[in-house]
Amino acid sequence: MKNVKIIELLKAEDKKLLEISRKGLLSLTLAEMKAVKNYFKKKKRNPTDIELETIAQTWSEHCKHKTFRGIINYNGKKIDNLLKQTVIKATNQLNKPWCVSVFTDNAGIIKFDKENCVAFKVETHNHPSAIEPYGGAGTGTGGVIRDILGVGLGAKPIMNTDVFCFGPLDFPEEKMIEGTLHPGRIFKGVVAGVRDYGNRMGIPTANGAVIFDEGYASNPLVYCGTVGIMPNKDCFKKVKPGDFVVSLGGKTGRDGIHGATFSSIALDKDTEVSAVQIGNPIMEKKVQDALLQARDLGLYDAMTDCGAGGYSSAVGEMAEETGARIYLDRVPLKYPGLTPWEIWVSEAQERMVFAVPPAKLTEIMKIFERENVEAVVIGEFSGTGRLELFFGKERLADLDMKFIHDGGPRFELTAVWKDKNFPAPDFLCPLDLGNSLEKILSDLSVASKEWIIRQYDHEVQGGSVIKPLQGVTNDGPGDAAVTRPVLTSFKGVAIANGINPRYGLLDPYWMAASNIDEAVRNIIAVGGDPDKIAILDNFCWGSPNKPEELAGLVRASLACYDIAMAYGTPFISGKDSLNNEYADSKTGKKVAIPGTLLISSICIVEDIRSCVTMDFKKEGSLIYLVGETFNEMGGSVYLKNNGYTGNTVPKVNAVQAKKLFDRMFKAMQQGLVRACHDCSEGGLGVALAEMAFAGGLGANVYLDKVIKAPDLKRDDFILFSESNTRFVVEIEKKNSRKFETLFKNFAAANIGTINGERLIVHGEDGRVILSEDINKLKEAWQRPLRNP
Amino acid sequence: MKKKVKVIVIRTAGTNCDYETVTAFKLCGAEVDLVHINRLLEKEINVMDYQILAIPGGFSYGDDVASGKILANEIQYRLMESISKYVAAKRLIIGICNGFQVLVKTGLLPGIDGIDKKEYTTLFNNDSGKFEDRWVHLKSTSKKCVFTKGIKNLSYLPVAHGEGKFLTLDKKILDFIKNNDMVVFKYVNANGGRAVYPENPNGSVEAIAGICNPGGNILGMMPHPERFVNRYTHPRWTRVTLPEEGDGLALFRNAVEFAKKNL
Repeated sequence: MKNVKIIELLKAEDKKLLEISRKGLLSLTLAEMKAVKNYFKKKKRNPTDIELETIAQTWSEHCKHKTFRGIINYNGKKIDNLLKQTVIKATNQLNKPWCVSVFTDNAGIIKFDKENCVAFKVETHNHPSAIEPYGGAGTGTGGVIRDILGVGLGAKPIMNTDVFCFGPLDFPEEKMIEGTLHPGRIFKGVVAGVRDYGNRMGIPTANGAVIFDEGYASNPLVYCGTVGIMPNKDCFKKVKPGDFVVSLGGKTGRDGIHGATFSSIALDKDTEVSAVQIGNPIMEKKVQDALLQARDLGLYDAMTDCGAGGYSSAVGEMAEETGARIYLDRVPLKYPGLTPWEIWVSEAQERMVFAVPPAKLTEIMKIFERENVEAVVIGEFSGTGRLELFFGKERLADLDMKFIHDGGPRFELTAVWKDKNFPAPDFLCPLDLGNSLEKILSDLSVASKEWIIRQYDHEVQGGSVIKPLQGVTNDGPGDAAVTRPVLTSFKGVAIANGINPRYGLLDPYWMAASNIDEAVRNIIAVGGDPDKIAILDNFCWGSPNKPEELAGLVRASLACYDIAMAYGTPFISGKDSLNNEYADSKTGKKVAIPGTLLISSICIVEDIRSCVTMDFKKEGSLIYLVGETFNEMGGSVYLKNNGYTGNTVPKVNAVQAKKLFDRMFKAMQQGLVRACHDCSEGGLGVALAEMAFAGGLGANVYLDKVIKAPDLKRDDFILFSESNTRFVVEIEKKNSRKFETLFKNFAAANIGTINGERLIVHGEDGRVILSEDINKLKEAWQRPLRNP
Repeated sequence: MKKKVKVIVIRTAGTNCDYETVTAFKLCGAEVDLVHINRLLEKEINVMDYQILAIPGGFSYGDDVASGKILANEIQYRLMESISKYVAAKRLIIGICNGFQVLVKTGLLPGIDGIDKKEYTTLFNNDSGKFEDRWVHLKSTSKKCVFTKGIKNLSYLPVAHGEGKFLTLDKKILDFIKNNDMVVFKYVNANGGRAVYPENPNGSVEAIAGICNPGGNILGMMPHPERFVNRYTHPRWTRVTLPEEGDGLALFRNAVEFAKKNL
């Protein structure tokens, strides 16, 4: 055979099978290689290289989620398909009528208004961003945008969100592992990559977060999310046998070969850069312009994007029921010299695959041509249930679709959870908490991200209602972002996120619970309806083959189910990125990230005119703290700054929390709330400071008024505890009685008044324990990342 | 019956402020066509069927070569015949952000020679060295510009660009622009006084944010009026009293009203 190599599998023993997998960068286990061998035994022939590549790509952890769908023995209890037992189960049981398409397509879809739906997807691009930050982050953005372009019959992107986890910017050089890039370089490259792709696509990047922690020094995390809007009728797709396979957009090159399989193994100093893709946002914008026109004219039956695994994945998914014949010699190439399997699995960017009925081919090709974007017929959906690949007349592959999709053995894994125990904090409450507050405000994870936000065009498309920067000088930190996708309507879309890996050091269960709480309360804080919130899960973890790591993943998933059920927030989409490890060539040890879960939230806002921002508005208004404060210092920034991790991780009283969210929404709807900010990192102290300097107004606050648990006695702990489900709220005096009536049976108390230009906090005994000029606090918050 | 004013909004690969620009003109009662440059190049559509032409913001052709350059070349070398006629008929053109960059590269602005023989002005990298999205105060300074007629108060609009520093070839050009009432917008501070960074977000010479041609019918500006046509995109609408209408809408209305009466 001219264009493929035959791989000798039938005669291969176990050792040889593993060697084939490892040398070919296939990332298949022995059990999987054996299943492949058996399949070909029945076919009485050896596989070709392109057949093996197809199977490896389809079965990759990245595409198949083998851990989540496998069988896990968790502390002696068997969990059959973690995803179905937790995340998906919550969605099914909640069964919200406004969920249109969940966990089946490229993104989750919910109803927006009578005519439209919105889709939301968040992806990770961690390994590529570690090796080549600018390109990795850019194509991460481009990739998730294509997920939205390729959901149903196509959605128009309306908003981006980006969440990053990096090592500290001052990470000492001597601690760096050979082959890694310094966190400072990764940080700048990633921001620039996201900026250039998002800005050029004309999508506002209006929400995000950045976490700095040593745990990410060799494995940065880059989460990219996109929201899109689409007509109701375009939410579903169905390939018909006989449809042409049309490839639209970029040419195919050698970039991004093995992206899908390489994301499933640990990085080391020898990792190939060719696994990183190269982005071209303007090509993608052309693809968007062209495909939305073709969509509106109804010129195709189905469509999807080429993401991880390239054509192999896109065609493989679309042809799952029909089968397909593909002629790889027809694929336009960037340069000659690619072997057929490289063409097939290349992750060259900005490509979409369409299923076009023969009768509509001329018309759709004309539209593509008029938009100056290349389109080629590369085959047809056959109806045979087989995947057949050709190069000219030579047949390179002939596989059963059923085997490709369902032929892999299931993973069986063991998870063992051990309770964590850190040293108890042993230091006295300082007499003056001003320095402590400033130090928290200067923590990179808390500090102002204005330097990043301003480089993103967060206002393009003209619908930006609640912006990421708020307040009297447009620089306070907003909670959720709200946009109006249809400029003639007052309906809006709010998005937010929750992430706090430090809680996971103590217990991933409560980390997940806290993250969901944070993602939801951010939406509540701007006036979102708690009954219209959907959430997304994005797990980034170390190796699932380590029982303790896997146990963390299980615990986080269990919380996802429990809390989502109590909050009534269905998961509509999710993703996991495992094996975030870096192999240190000197010690031979693999360094893993702290188990990290990002929860993203989305909510349809009925009328954006009732939205609220976080900046203090008016001298003389009353300040209320809504929600109870507990002795929950574990994982807090305050303890970290004092050299401790602590043990009392913030928990969630989910049933009570849902009631409180409902009540907050009522108060917002009645127009009682002038400003609202949630308490997260740094607790009450940071929330007050941010509201004060964002509004240019000081406050007088009394900690003895705070509703708190009996064992919470220290002033510093009251001020900096990170208990969940809490809001600081500004109520004008004239509305205070109404507000108090509304919250009669809830933990809500007037803790102070807005006045002057200082933040003054009185301790439990009435003594002033903090008195700071708000501009000084603001400076502490802005300085660290003003010019990083 | 009053005739409907027709607006053509030109787009190409990398255009991205088209939806809000179209919406702004529609709010003022115009009939708007969003047209790919290819339709004009292939003569399927004639600009003379329109009274107002808009080039919106974005990154046309990825700003390859230089920002706005490739689209400018297409207009200059393949469309100038009809555009010259259009301009001679005193019809209106507005270029916003990337559209402004296109207008200076085609020679339609400043338009000292009618259609300029060379690039008298340019929009250079921001002094800050990076793309920035922020709101700026603007003083409307031209009596002749059709788009800003009657705007007396300071306008508050967002800029979002990496290359917006307005520069002239030499002092003579700058003087010509000033002496002929062609400075349309200047960046100022909140009180209308001299702007320093970030009030002047890019370091433009004499804080110039927008200029028109000597005839006052062609406007180019870096700030985005289409992003502030109602109060809910103002960054502080939750804390200050504002009229329902945003500061940017006046520009679009002036153009449509002028076209209704005169074109």
